[in-house]
Formats: sequence, structure tokens, C-alpha cells
Amino acid sequence: MNFPPPQSKPAPVSLPDLQFIAARASLLDLAAFLDRVQRHGQDDDYRLAALRAALPLLLENFPQRTRRILESLSDSTAEPIPAATIQGAFGAPRP
Amino acid sequence: MRYIEPHGHMVSRTTDDYQAMVTAGCAAVCEPAFWAGFDRKNKHGFYDYFLQLTEYEPRRAAKYHLPHFSWLCINPKESEDPGLADDVLSLIPDLLQKPNVLGIGEIGLNKNSRNELLILEKHIQLAADHDQLILVHTPHLEDKLKGTKLILDALKNHSSLQPGRVIIDHVEEHTAPLVLDSGFWAGITLYPESKATPNRAIDMIELYGHERIWLNSACDWGHSDPLAVPKTALQMRHRGYSADFIDRLLYRNPLGFLSQNPRFRTAD
Repeated sequence: MNFPPPQSKPAPVSLPDLQFIAARASLLDLAAFLDRVQRHGQDDDYRLAALRAALPLLLENFPQRTRRILESLSDSTAEPIPAATIQGAFGAPRP
Repeated sequence: MRYIEPHGHMVSRTTDDYQAMVTAGCAAVCEPAFWAGFDRKNKHGFYDYFLQLTEYEPRRAAKYHLPHFSWLCINPKESEDPGLADDVLSLIPDLLQKPNVLGIGEIGLNKNSRNELLILEKHIQLAADHDQLILVHTPHLEDKLKGTKLILDALKNHSSLQPGRVIIDHVEEHTAPLVLDSGFWAGITLYPESKATPNRAIDMIELYGHERIWLNSACDWGHSDPLAVPKTALQMRHRGYSADFIDRLLYRNPLGFLSQNPRFRTAD
């Protein structure tokens, strides 16, 4: 099925005008979460360690931060596991 | 606007959701077989579910003038028992004749185990034997990258498969290039927390192009939004995209893939 190519380039808009407040709120939510788990003495969880390890990627100066953070939160092994003993996922690989 | 919802688990949704989707411009909905939130004990449970997908749910959708299509498989979360999986697989060939069935899906991996991979390969062979389209589920969160690589290897082992007849769903920024560079279609799933948000989905379109990509809500019984696709259209308008481009991405793209099965049609 063939279609004429669409005009894929968006009209210019100010992304800070559009999204800065939402990004600011996301940053504050992350900070509050880190404060909360520390205040409750739960910041030794392996998932918190993975989150802290990913944070420096936010400050790198290239526009692939999302991909790099996803990779840092991924199982880096290559072979299938012998058997699935659970069905869920946790957001960061177990150490 | 008009859009196609190419991945929605409507058996888990209310009729109010059908009404809202059609009101927002939904022109067709496609429902892959998936996990019910609990493990079914034998093939009879799956058979009843397959009848729900191929007989009852299309009638429910038709009350809202919405064409409903389905995909059949045993999902990877229930693929750890090869005996059960073989029993379920044996049910599928006859059901492929049902008029709303589009292909085999959503197959794939969950925890990337050996048995999951074995059953994935059997599904791929089943699709190849019956010349079916394939819809692939990629694992969640920390398991996605590894699982996507294993799935790509399994698909590439079947030289008779045409990549343009396979869509690999739930891609994110770290897996979309792997899928698209291999010639397959990629699905971006819009979820409130896991998978992608509307803004990240639009970012991926900007990064990786709009060819061979569809967007879906994958709405089910969990935290999900059956209107995620039209809400993404609104976000695209905010970000300066034309109505024509949005129509291409949310309607003409899935139409192009799904129309490879001549059974597929839209309400318009």
C-alpha cells in the first residue's frame, strides 16, 4: 500500500515554553523519591543503586540520554536463563 | 481525526471504553492474545479465550460500529510449560480460519528463558507454515534489551520470513534501532509508567523516522489508557506536527501493515 510522503518536519515551537514546567516537576519528583527512601532507611536497595548509577548520564552532553539510561538499567547478559521462576520485572537487573 | 488501535486487550475493558475510543476517532481495533493475569491450567481455558477473541468480542465491538480483529498464540508468560504450550499450539491452526484473525501474536519472550525461546520458535514455525503475519511482544523493563536481541536472532533464523510481515512491539529508545535496522516493523506502546510516554514516542519518531512504525495503547487490565493514541495525536499538534503527518502515523501506517491480511478493514 503506497501513500504520498507526509510532511514530517514539525512547525517550530518553543519546547521550553511547552514542557519546562512538566520537566521541572519530574525532576522534583525524582529528588523527593530519593529523599523519601533515604529518610525511611531503604536506600540500600539494588534498584536505588542502579538509579544512582544512571543519574550521571543525565548530565552528558549528547542527545541520547534516554537510550543510555535504558541500557544502564538492562540485563547485560546474552544467554537465555535456564528457567523462568518468576513472571515479573523490577526495572533494574539484580546484582 | 481517525486512528487505528492496533494493540488493545479489549476483553479487559468496559463498553464505556469502546464508546470513548470510537468517539475519539478509532476506526478499527486489534486484540492480540495475552496473559489473563493468572496462569490457565489447561488447553480448554485457552480454547474458551480464543472463542472470546474471535466470536464474542467482535460482536461487542460491533455494537459501537468498530471492526475488531484478533491475533492468536500462547503468550510467553505461560510458555514455561512446553507440554501445555504444545497443547495450546495444536488448537490454533483450525482457529486461523475465523474471519477476524489477522495472524500469530503476541508471541515473544518474558523472562528470556530457554523454554520461552523454544515456544517462540514453534510459533514462528507455525506462522511460516500457515503464511501468517506475526506480532511480537518484547519483555518488560530490565529484560527488554536482551529479549529483543534473542527474538531478532530467532526471527532471522527463519529465512523464509519476510521482515515486512512481522511487527515487534513495545520498542523503546534502546531497542527501536535494532528492530528497524533489521527490516521489521516496530510498535511503540504508550503506557503511563513503563514502556513509552506520548512525548518519548514522538521523540523516537524524530530520531528513527516514521516508516514501519505504529503506536498503540496496549490497554489491558493494568495501568493503561485506551485513549493513549489520540492523546498522543494532541501532543503532536502541540509540538507542531501537521494533521496529515499524524494521520500517516496513526492511521495510514498501521493500515499499511495490517492490510497485508486481506481480512482487515476499517470502519470508514
